[in-house]
Amino acid sequence: MNSVFCYIDRPSPIHDLTGATKLTCLLLWSFAAMMTYDTRFLAFLPVFSFLLFAFSKIRLKDVSFMIGFTMVFMILNNLLIFLFSPQHGVSLYGTCHELFSLGGRYVVTLEQLFYHLNLVLKYLSTIPIVLLFICTTNPSEFAASLNRIGVKYTVAYSVSLALRYIPDIQREYHEISQAQQARGIEMSKKETLFKRLKSASAILIPLILSSMDRIETISNAMQLRGFGKNKKRTWYMGRPFRTADILSIIVCALLLATAVFLNIRNGSRFWNPFS
Amino acid sequence: MSEVLLTFKNFGFQYNAQAEPTLYDINLEVHRGEKILIAGPSGCGKSTLASCINGLIPFSYRGEMTGSVQLKGRETRDLSLFEISRTVGTVLQDSDGQFIGLTVAEDIAFALENDCLPTDPMHERVRRAAELVGIGTHMKHAPGDLSGGQKQRAALAGLMVNDVELLLFDEPLANLDPATGKQAIEFIDDICRQSGAAAVIIEHRLEDVLHRSVDRIILMGDGRILADMKPDELLASDLLARSGIREPLYLTALKYAGVQITPEKRPSGIRDIILSDQDKEKVRSWMASQDPVSGKKGGRDLLSAQDISFSYSNGRQALRNVSVQIREGELLAIVGTNGAGKSTFSKVVCGFETPQEGRIQFADVEDWMGLSIKERADHVGYVMQNPNQMISQTMIFDEVALGLRTRGVPEDEIRSRVEDSLKVCGLWPFRSWPVSALSFGQKKRVTIASVLVLRPKMIILDEPTAGQDYRHYTEIMEFLRELSSRGFTIVMITHDMHLMLEYADRSVVFSEGQVIADDTSAGVLTNPDLVKRANLKETSLYDLAQLCGIGQARDFAQYFIDYEREVVRK
Repeated sequence: MNSVFCYIDRPSPIHDLTGATKLTCLLLWSFAAMMTYDTRFLAFLPVFSFLLFAFSKIRLKDVSFMIGFTMVFMILNNLLIFLFSPQHGVSLYGTCHELFSLGGRYVVTLEQLFYHLNLVLKYLSTIPIVLLFICTTNPSEFAASLNRIGVKYTVAYSVSLALRYIPDIQREYHEISQAQQARGIEMSKKETLFKRLKSASAILIPLILSSMDRIETISNAMQLRGFGKNKKRTWYMGRPFRTADILSIIVCALLLATAVFLNIRNGSRFWNPFS
Repeated sequence: MSEVLLTFKNFGFQYNAQAEPTLYDINLEVHRGEKILIAGPSGCGKSTLASCINGLIPFSYRGEMTGSVQLKGRETRDLSLFEISRTVGTVLQDSDGQFIGLTVAEDIAFALENDCLPTDPMHERVRRAAELVGIGTHMKHAPGDLSGGQKQRAALAGLMVNDVELLLFDEPLANLDPATGKQAIEFIDDICRQSGAAAVIIEHRLEDVLHRSVDRIILMGDGRILADMKPDELLASDLLARSGIREPLYLTALKYAGVQITPEKRPSGIRDIILSDQDKEKVRSWMASQDPVSGKKGGRDLLSAQDISFSYSNGRQALRNVSVQIREGELLAIVGTNGAGKSTFSKVVCGFETPQEGRIQFADVEDWMGLSIKERADHVGYVMQNPNQMISQTMIFDEVALGLRTRGVPEDEIRSRVEDSLKVCGLWPFRSWPVSALSFGQKKRVTIASVLVLRPKMIILDEPTAGQDYRHYTEIMEFLRELSSRGFTIVMITHDMHLMLEYADRSVVFSEGQVIADDTSAGVLTNPDLVKRANLKETSLYDLAQLCGIGQARDFAQYFIDYEREVVRK
């Protein structure tokens, strides 16, 4: 199923951590990676995350689509930065080591390349860990873990319900669009963009209306079974914290602390090898 | 009589948005452990009554209540929705829509989670409830992957986990195939006996519910209770016929044969009915007096599918060497369980899916397999089960005109063709109305009109009568029959046995991706072996024939249908 959550049920130590632990670790890790441009630190994170990947028994081919997708995005991101701001590295690091010129203001400098290297490393430090979270967190635990880290359970539950309905809605979209195509609504590239937008409304309006019906049914069903009665609720899939959970959170907290420490010692978010 | 659980006294209700009350003068008592059937046509107020029982009224839907509703001696308006839900458990009509948990186990646990029960006792109670309803082996499955019958079990486990005292079923048979529906009725009966819970079943398919006995039937009409009787008494009266509820077929047949129905004959179940030798003789002589009329209807082959095989991209093979002939002007039913391949077959015909093997020839169209969805739609129209999934325009005229506009037909021709189509579909008086002002059945007609306007030779309808009461059902089916007599070929994909028996000239039965029978509907439904393989249910006419010592049940059923068509309807 091409759902957003492609949970892969393959027992491993990472799977055994509670959802709340993994979510907390993900947040700490991403903050750490976002906070600093210290290249030594950023080079360490991908290595660490690849180790975790091996540990989790998630194979490369399980996530190849997502990796490909983010790689394309990463390349695009880098190209655009160079296109609009070819001297960004120079202004950041304060020195200028010219390598060669591509004409006009497009002069390639060591500083710019170094900045791009840092960007690439940032992608490599965050994407694998997000994928790891998605693939090893049972969607059933997702709402429970959001709730555990302090999100109100009604909100947490709506998020997880919304994710749950994505495949249903995709299927319904498909059915409606087939029936509308039979009536001559052309959705293929043969039509002009304007016509296609107009056609899309012929599919979206019934889809929205039927989703509204679905929402009414589910909210009645939930109320009839006591949802919203108490300020708190328990979770069938809830699990107690174990040593491994606490250790993981400590490790990730240390990562964040390191990032903060490096920023303070470097005097800025950037580690400057040129000065 | 045991303790009273629920009491309505001079109760009435009016929705805030409506000008007239929906319920008037409701007086009703439900006792502990009782099993009650509430029947009535669409719009009679039975769903509103259900909402008053489970507390959605007044807590979720606003309106004005008069009189009193008491649950275990307390006014429901003084309780909260949550307190009511501890006593009353509701299984909603749309069992897919009401699942909340991602797995069966979580869904069963939902109410307990909301009660803040700690994890360990929760797991224990979930396990017990699941075992009670026999779903224990499917705990980790997603509810959506269960079969129709399993879904109902899972939904029920989610209620039983709270030890509710009254179970409310809102049209439990609506989405089930006939055999599963029969099992569901047996299962509901067993659970109520075991747990001692009272059951209130809202359903217009009377004969199917009466497969297991009920204590009382409440007949509703126009927001009032018309009758509150024992089943035998109600069936012996003429109240059902007058209020637009279908009576069991065997009773109709007995009446045609001139047999007097009295409560003493115990008419509420075909297995309990007591017929004298005289009565049986009457049935036999009625049969002897009938002339065979049916012949094969229809002319030349309109569509001929040869050896179609199709697998979905996930590898599931949905069709295996399917060959079907559809003749011009016939009314054909395609039946079978969910996943038997009947919907896939219609998708292949319309071009939504491309088969890996086999070919289709349609009339004298050259290279049917090479046509696009849009091109095929000029010959074959497809009507979805739920009209709300097809309607996208605000005004009826625009909705019907949509297919022509996208084809670039000149506006004056559009006008005349839409008008023709609206007239055929009986929508002419509504031509300038907005779609939202129409009833469900009328919307269905709009979708049929919007397909007819393209002037196809054949129309495929997915479950044309789903969720319709007997009156609307008859309306839609008579309309389809009329289209068929105008020369349109009608193909219906259906679970509905009555529809099949009464209206289809021929039935093609699918099972596990193959065609296992192609026969008259009477022939299919009186063949016990076939009925079993296709998850259908034998018609009670078959049982009646057996009871009266008639060997040719098939002919008996056929005579009955012909008699209805030729004599009664005219």
